[in-house]
Amino acid sequence: MGPENLDQIAAAEKLRAQGMRHHICVCTAAGCQSAGSGEVKNALAREVADLGLKHTCEVKGVGCMGLCSAGPLVSVECGEDRVLYQKVKPDDAEDIVGALDGGTEVSRLVCDTRAPFFSRQMKIVLENSGRIDPERIEDYIAVGGYGALMRAITEMTPAEVVQEVIDSGLRGRGGAGYPTGLKWSTVAKANGGQQKYVICNGDEGDPGAFMDRAVLESDPHRVLEGMAIAGYAVGANHGYVYVRAEYPLAVKNLRTAIRQAERLGVLGSDIAGTRFSFRVEVRLGAGAFVCGEETALIASVEGKRGAPRPRPPYPAQEGLWGRPTLINNVETFANIAPIIRRGGDWFSGIGTGKSKGTKVFALAGSAVNTGLIEVPMGITLREIIFEIAGGIPDGRRFKAVQTGGPSGGCIPEQYLDLPVDYESLVKVGSIMGSGGMIVIDESSCMVDVAKYFMEFCMSESCGKCVPCRVGTTELHGLLSRISSGTAGARELAMLEELCEVVRNTSLCGLGQSAPNPVLSTLRYFRDEYTAHAAEGRCPAGVCKTEKEVHA
Amino acid sequence: MSAPIKTLSIDGRDVSATAEQTVLDVATENGIFIPALCHLDGITPVGACRLCLVEVQGSSKLLPACITRVEEGMRVTTDSERLARYRRSVMELLLAERNHICSVCVSNGNCELQALAQRLGITHVRYPYLFPKHSVDASHERFVADHNRCILCARCVRVCDEVEGAHTWDIMGRGVDCRVITDLSQPWGESETCTGCGKCVQVCPTGALVEKGKSVAEMSKRRQFLPYLAMMRGRNQ
Amino acid sequence: MIGLARPAPPSGDKRWKIVEATMRRNGYQGNSLIETLHSVQEAFGFLDDDALRFVALSLRLPLSQVYGAATFYHFFTMRPPGKHACVVCTGTACYIKGAPALLDALEKKYGIRPGETTEDGELSLLTARCVGSCSIAPVVVLDNEVAGKLGPKEIVSRVEGVMNHGS
Repeated sequence: MGPENLDQIAAAEKLRAQGMRHHICVCTAAGCQSAGSGEVKNALAREVADLGLKHTCEVKGVGCMGLCSAGPLVSVECGEDRVLYQKVKPDDAEDIVGALDGGTEVSRLVCDTRAPFFSRQMKIVLENSGRIDPERIEDYIAVGGYGALMRAITEMTPAEVVQEVIDSGLRGRGGAGYPTGLKWSTVAKANGGQQKYVICNGDEGDPGAFMDRAVLESDPHRVLEGMAIAGYAVGANHGYVYVRAEYPLAVKNLRTAIRQAERLGVLGSDIAGTRFSFRVEVRLGAGAFVCGEETALIASVEGKRGAPRPRPPYPAQEGLWGRPTLINNVETFANIAPIIRRGGDWFSGIGTGKSKGTKVFALAGSAVNTGLIEVPMGITLREIIFEIAGGIPDGRRFKAVQTGGPSGGCIPEQYLDLPVDYESLVKVGSIMGSGGMIVIDESSCMVDVAKYFMEFCMSESCGKCVPCRVGTTELHGLLSRISSGTAGARELAMLEELCEVVRNTSLCGLGQSAPNPVLSTLRYFRDEYTAHAAEGRCPAGVCKTEKEVHA
Repeated sequence: MSAPIKTLSIDGRDVSATAEQTVLDVATENGIFIPALCHLDGITPVGACRLCLVEVQGSSKLLPACITRVEEGMRVTTDSERLARYRRSVMELLLAERNHICSVCVSNGNCELQALAQRLGITHVRYPYLFPKHSVDASHERFVADHNRCILCARCVRVCDEVEGAHTWDIMGRGVDCRVITDLSQPWGESETCTGCGKCVQVCPTGALVEKGKSVAEMSKRRQFLPYLAMMRGRNQ
Repeated sequence: MIGLARPAPPSGDKRWKIVEATMRRNGYQGNSLIETLHSVQEAFGFLDDDALRFVALSLRLPLSQVYGAATFYHFFTMRPPGKHACVVCTGTACYIKGAPALLDALEKKYGIRPGETTEDGELSLLTARCVGSCSIAPVVVLDNEVAGKLGPKEIVSRVEGVMNHGS
């Protein structure tokens, strides 16, 4: 197996695809699946077979196309032409297949791909999602897959690979934004000769974030290629992908991809005739948000309770079973192959001064278009929410946008023209996070939102350290009392004091960032807190206050 | 075969240490007090109680002295207005978490939690008491486990795993619902793995694990065995 | 000799073979505990003391360590599931779109809180942190069928329908 073989496979696949006149691609990722895309695909396949078109028309399942609120999505391709259909039902199969020959469209189903939702995106991580069949390695190879790995291990030294990643300016996409190249070089330099590991963090625990899920379901080989390149760069021959158990489709597609890659020889021993070997195993999570934290994740892979350990020492030095371990997020690994293929300089030409490349966001909440988008760093919040996402539905008013999940904050209207990058979001009291972006309108209560996130942190706290274990419980209690109008200024002061304690004394990131939603809503929506505390009233009309209960 | 020597400063005092030592080790050697509850010489430190947090120049985060190894030229502050505030708050959280009622406890007067609270100047607890309902397990022939007094320091878990080797104790659940358990959360008296050595009772800082037959204020723990064992295993210098 | 032979499964139930296959595939290593517990729950629907003891002895792990891990992860349950499962998503988008009202309605109707099963074993009420279908929030998964954009009255009548018709 070498680069020439990949070219052969790619050529064969392109030939096969060209032999088909039409390609009907049905999104079979989790979002559309739950809207019934499985039956849609079956109906289309049946219609194609009934009309005797099987030799000229291919019906295939593809990954996420992004506009989940309009699913099930079906893309029909003929040569260079492409039409996207939305909210497709099994009954529409007849019309869709019928329109193929005449070169027409089923206008009632057409989704305008010139709309900002599509035209304003820049796809790197999601470039193959929705285009290729995630269950066929040939599809991935036909679009250049595994070419970067071949280039890295046959034409570059490990140090050159690390340098390329450093030059790209890529930062960890899991939320912390730590420079990826620096992390790689730390692991590469650690204790040469020792067994090292690469771990892909697919624990995506933020409620409302599904970026990693989409990548794992729609383009699993991309992640494997990134991990293998990383293994080569840092000197590791074994990798683990830690995936939430709540993502069965992602687990299934990953396992299939690993099998296919090993059978083909792009993973396994002595890849492409070099001395580089790399094996990947899938490890399942089991419902613990804290396992997204690196040391807790390691404990979980070791088969133990997912309790974090104090850092230092960092996993790069002492990680899995005490060995140097590189841990990166799914999206981070998904950026590696294009960086190697097109160069670190190409990547650093996108984005802002300190935040390079693109970011995938999971848009949800009160917006017309919800789903997955990928945009260059530096785009403004206004553009994302009001152009790409189509603004707030039902004529309601924008109130805040929540980023970073339970570790993040709420950003109010006055900062809509903020460029989205790591530093800007921190300056206004939030964080980039893993990509969850929830649009909140006037019908939500910010105290209630803060209470929701604190309840989450409280129930996900592992229990090891005192400030997080007891602190989040006390903070939740305070927020509940404030919310129900049974607490006053004294509790509000206690809330702020305890936030500082929990933030500065907790053992790991979960506890340290649990106060963020509270602090950020206090900063921008203090009037709502004081209305609850001083008047026992919920301005948004959401919280069941004592007054209402007794009224 | 001695480890390299490092010099650092703690509260403005220059001290020396070997590379393997933690900040807490060195501070204790030099008579500098740093509060700690989950720490115990002879078992692996975990940095869980967060009472031993110290300020280290160059680090934006506070670091747990019990687990942080010394570095050459480190500048440590063990006592500041901020640290004093945080220690009181963390202690108050502990006292509010479970039912620590000294007046009816066999460890009254011989309790590390109580002693430390007094030393930190705690006179009252600002945070609402949680008053959870916890059980008392008196099924064992010689010992009692009162979960109302437990602070989840996990010393019992560590000593049973690392020193006795039975690993009878572990922690179940998550968050404030955590509980120390024996075997499959069975009554202690029915444990298949407990050897009855009593080490867990002796290392427990509070009246959570005690000997039967003691009345209020009578339970004082005997810990001489631990440093001796640790020394014999070559863990101390 | 005690401890050297692999323990026998708790019963002759054929499903134990799946669990044993998982352990064997992972070389009976202690770090495959979570994979093994997944295997047990997938086969039997829940974990119980006998299962945990069998896994602990097979993987040569302390009993309390296995119990501690099993009770740490929310995915695992020590209680048999009800005949029907109703999962209400409580992710951020669903929360904002009214998931609490759905939970309230179900709690009032069936008298159980999330994580509990009705006395007659017919219905288990569960919550999930995000099922990835935020566009049709609030989302409820009823016996593996995803339903979105429902109100409190509708969700109750859906559940009633499923329970009365059996599955």
